Amino acid sequence: MHSTLSFSQATTVPTTNYAFHSQSPINLRFCGLRREAFGISILTRSSSGRVRLSTRGRSKRTSASTGNNGTPPKSFDYDLIIIGAGVGGHGAALHAVEKGLKTAIIEGDVVGGTCVNRGCVPSKALLAVSGRMRELQSEHHMKALGLQVSAAGYDRQGVADHANNLASKIRSNLTNSMKALGVDILTGFGTIVGPQKVKYGKVGFTDNVVTAKDIIIATGSVPFVPKGIEVDGKTVITSDHALKLEFVPDWIAIVGSGYIGLEFSDVYTALGSEVTFIEALDQLMPGFDPEISKLAQRVLINPRKIDYHTGVFATKITPARDGKPVIVELTDAKTKEHKDTLEVDAALIATGRAPFTYGLGLENINVVTQRGFVPVDERMRVIDANGNLVPHLYCIGDANGKMMLAHAASAQGISVVEQVTGRDHVLNHLSVPAACFTHPEISMVGLTEPQAREKAEKEGFEISVAKTSFKANTKALAENEGEGLAKLIYRPDNGEILGVHIFGLHAADLIHEASNAVALGTRIQDIRFAVHAHPTLSEVLDELFKSAKVLDMKTLRKMKS
Amino acid sequence: MQTQLGNAAFPRLLRRSLSYIPSILYSLHSLLNLFHFFRFLSNSSPQSQKHKEMASPFLSNTTISFSSSLSSSSLPRIAPSIPFSSIRSNSTPRRILTVRSKIREIFMPALSSTMTEGKIVSWVKSEGDVLSKGESVVVVESDKADMDVETFYDGILAAIVVGEGETAPVGAAIGILAETEDEIAEAKAKAASKSGASTPSAPPPAPAPGAASTPGPPKSTPAPAAPTVAEGPRKTVATPFAKKLAKQHKVDIESVVGTGPYGRITPEDIEAAAGLSPSKKNVGLAVVVETKPAAPAKAPAASAAPSSLPPPVPGSTVVPFTTMQAAVSKNMVESLSVPTFRVGYPVTTDALDALYEKVKPKGVTMTALLAKAAAMALAQHPLVNSSCKDGKSFTYNSNINIAVAVAINGGLITPVLQDADKLDLYLLSQKWKELVEKARAKQLQPQEYNSGTFTLSNLGMFGVDRFDAILPPGQGAIMAVGASKPTVVADADGFFSVKNKMLVNVTADHRIIYGADLAAFLQTFSKIVENPESLTL
Repeated sequence: MHSTLSFSQATTVPTTNYAFHSQSPINLRFCGLRREAFGISILTRSSSGRVRLSTRGRSKRTSASTGNNGTPPKSFDYDLIIIGAGVGGHGAALHAVEKGLKTAIIEGDVVGGTCVNRGCVPSKALLAVSGRMRELQSEHHMKALGLQVSAAGYDRQGVADHANNLASKIRSNLTNSMKALGVDILTGFGTIVGPQKVKYGKVGFTDNVVTAKDIIIATGSVPFVPKGIEVDGKTVITSDHALKLEFVPDWIAIVGSGYIGLEFSDVYTALGSEVTFIEALDQLMPGFDPEISKLAQRVLINPRKIDYHTGVFATKITPARDGKPVIVELTDAKTKEHKDTLEVDAALIATGRAPFTYGLGLENINVVTQRGFVPVDERMRVIDANGNLVPHLYCIGDANGKMMLAHAASAQGISVVEQVTGRDHVLNHLSVPAACFTHPEISMVGLTEPQAREKAEKEGFEISVAKTSFKANTKALAENEGEGLAKLIYRPDNGEILGVHIFGLHAADLIHEASNAVALGTRIQDIRFAVHAHPTLSEVLDELFKSAKVLDMKTLRKMKS
Repeated sequence: MQTQLGNAAFPRLLRRSLSYIPSILYSLHSLLNLFHFFRFLSNSSPQSQKHKEMASPFLSNTTISFSSSLSSSSLPRIAPSIPFSSIRSNSTPRRILTVRSKIREIFMPALSSTMTEGKIVSWVKSEGDVLSKGESVVVVESDKADMDVETFYDGILAAIVVGEGETAPVGAAIGILAETEDEIAEAKAKAASKSGASTPSAPPPAPAPGAASTPGPPKSTPAPAAPTVAEGPRKTVATPFAKKLAKQHKVDIESVVGTGPYGRITPEDIEAAAGLSPSKKNVGLAVVVETKPAAPAKAPAASAAPSSLPPPVPGSTVVPFTTMQAAVSKNMVESLSVPTFRVGYPVTTDALDALYEKVKPKGVTMTALLAKAAAMALAQHPLVNSSCKDGKSFTYNSNINIAVAVAINGGLITPVLQDADKLDLYLLSQKWKELVEKARAKQLQPQEYNSGTFTLSNLGMFGVDRFDAILPPGQGAIMAVGASKPTVVADADGFFSVKNKMLVNVTADHRIIYGADLAAFLQTFSKIVENPESLTL
């Protein structure tokens, strides 16, 4: 964007300065320094107090902390160390190698992190099963296609194995891809002991200390369990346990109706469970565009064996024991009064995720987490307790809490690698798509309609909304899946895409045309001339862009005059 | 494009059997979905109204809208009530279907193929408003969307039966339309009776003294005093789907005794309380409950049954039924409710065997011969060709349709030789060949396997000498045919000879067919087989 600070590394010889932005008042370059010299420069700076770096009015200060471990090393074991081998760390590592950095990745658990082992990946395996079950069980759907299918059934262990096998496969792919590229995988929990210095090791073994020019924290998150809820891993579970699919309860309460809760409701109802949602906010699916969530509720909740309690907290959940079922105490979110008690066979806690940053040694570099999240600026640079930037330290992914999605972490990691190799880069989070893999899927990029309206009011521009239905799409009708809606929120004056929301068949795959347009700044008046193969679902977006009414220059001029 | 296709398809389909009606309607539903074109209204007589609705879409292009008030759930009931499919293809059916009543019910329309109930978002018109054809009257929220619903008649909105925010099942009356002001009072009275009738207080189920959760004497209200639970009054616990079903079928959930885990009310409990046939997955189990409604202790016992089954032997595999197998299973369980008895009869087949050798080169099969013989015998004994549908009457079938059991790829199906008494042997054999081919290809049309009035099952080719068949539901009798074997027989004069004898065994519904009837039928059958010349006529 507008920053011009580039700590380019000596070995990559970055003679170019990418940061020629006219607005920037100061171009401060540490380019072309040798490693040894770089160390000295740090020393210089620390002895002289602080070097003030101003980036367009923002007063972010970079300070080299001279903490417990004193001076940073003069030469480094690695160019880049990444703590945490999840999707974020993996993405960063691959890009770092491509950029010629000597890279190591520290992992205390299994390679792949939450996404691969306990998140997106195994859940997609379960959802693949649930989608097929749902289809096979839908008599009228099958009949409409002229298909006759015998009673669909499933083998729980077989389904669980599919999820587990997929996770192992992706995990080994990930591991192999890093090994093949020469990324060192260091085993143990990583702790920052000082600037540019990390120790790692397994419990009971001697720690190894390694140094790196730059460090990326990518330690991710763990399921968040509100207090009062007792997780026993059997009848009261988090997504970690649910993905193992050790049993399919007759009736399960799902606390939280976000992505995780919704996806699991899809899985459980397809496998024959009944579901009760418990949502603290007044509406189900609060994170989605209201129109999408209303439609989604009609399709994903109402016709299924699901009921819900909204505006309530699950203040106490006791696992099934002593011949009693799981007991869920519901408290009104506003009055804080006891409202109801549920008796169910199991409860899944899907109330979000908490950053996993404990034991990272952040205190050694004077960084204080906020609700566990590592504070960062828009370039993922870690901010210390005094509001200063910690040099050479970045935090990406769930641990910084900016956007808790695997691909967002990876994109942030790539952005950081770009920065440390001399090219300034700021990730536009509004161009990061998100998807919920229910049947049908939900996907989105950018702002929701209320968010866009708020922004429009604040900044004084008009917005318009265009919508298309899957009912008019040939391919969707051929699949007999005409249920769905695509919605575009845009500026009619300049054709800028502010947000796109899709609910329908393969929505998660369809969103990328829109997210790429947002990322590249493509305007509606340009993208509407792009050609889509017929008949494909992508024509839903084609229609959407074509139905948007962008004012032409003549009209605009008329309006202005 | 879609409309034209659809409309063009109606007449062609119409000529076929009425078994197609559900699928026609289905396509109608999808059409309706496509076009968001919903109008509905019908007269007040539900029976004639159904006929009218059924007929209308086939008569003109504009009347698609009628069918939107048909719910998919009501289809099975509608289909059998239209036995005169031929009438409808007449050129002047309008006259027949003219409706006299001026008071019409506005029905909850089926706005989508999956919609089972709809919520009234708002009434666009109020009571007393004059409506003209095509005007929006009410906004209905389906499982999919909010839709404006238009009237198809001019009239006055006399009464609103289902108010805003309330929910009604598809096909239920939600409002009453009067044609003139004079009829408003009458319409209102009708509305009052409707709303009264539409909320039937579910009869409190028989108390279940045997149920573990409610020991002690039977109580009229089970909720307030559950004695052994120390925590005071136990609230009713019902699963999400049970609640949905209760709402849909207007079952008072408080009056239902739960049989699920921890005494919770399960969807099956609601279905039982609503008098519905239980959901598929528990067919066998629920039938037990159904047949013994008087014994309340049975319910919990029955529901406990699955858990008391011995655990599967290690290494065993569970293979779910195919659709065909599931249908067989369902029919077999249903057959238990019919009191049957069996009568056996030896038949000499030398003459038949000789005839078979003669006609075999012409493509005649033994199955065709036996079916023809049975059909000819049935023609003389219409009682054996009848069935008992309701336990109160005989239903005499005008056609003699011989269903023949065939084993196909792990399944069992009964292709039907229609009018077997009227077709000649060669046509019958030809027909049979076609049916078997179709059955193998799984292309049998419903009326080709479910229209039988009498069933023939032959295991003779496997050397089985005699067996006993289960009477399929809806038929009066089934004949089990064993192998024809050389047998030493002594005649009246004491001379021994060897003759081919075949044992046939008929299972029949004793509510309508008695021993002597069956014996007489078998005697006739035996005579025909022993003098088979008539078969070739």
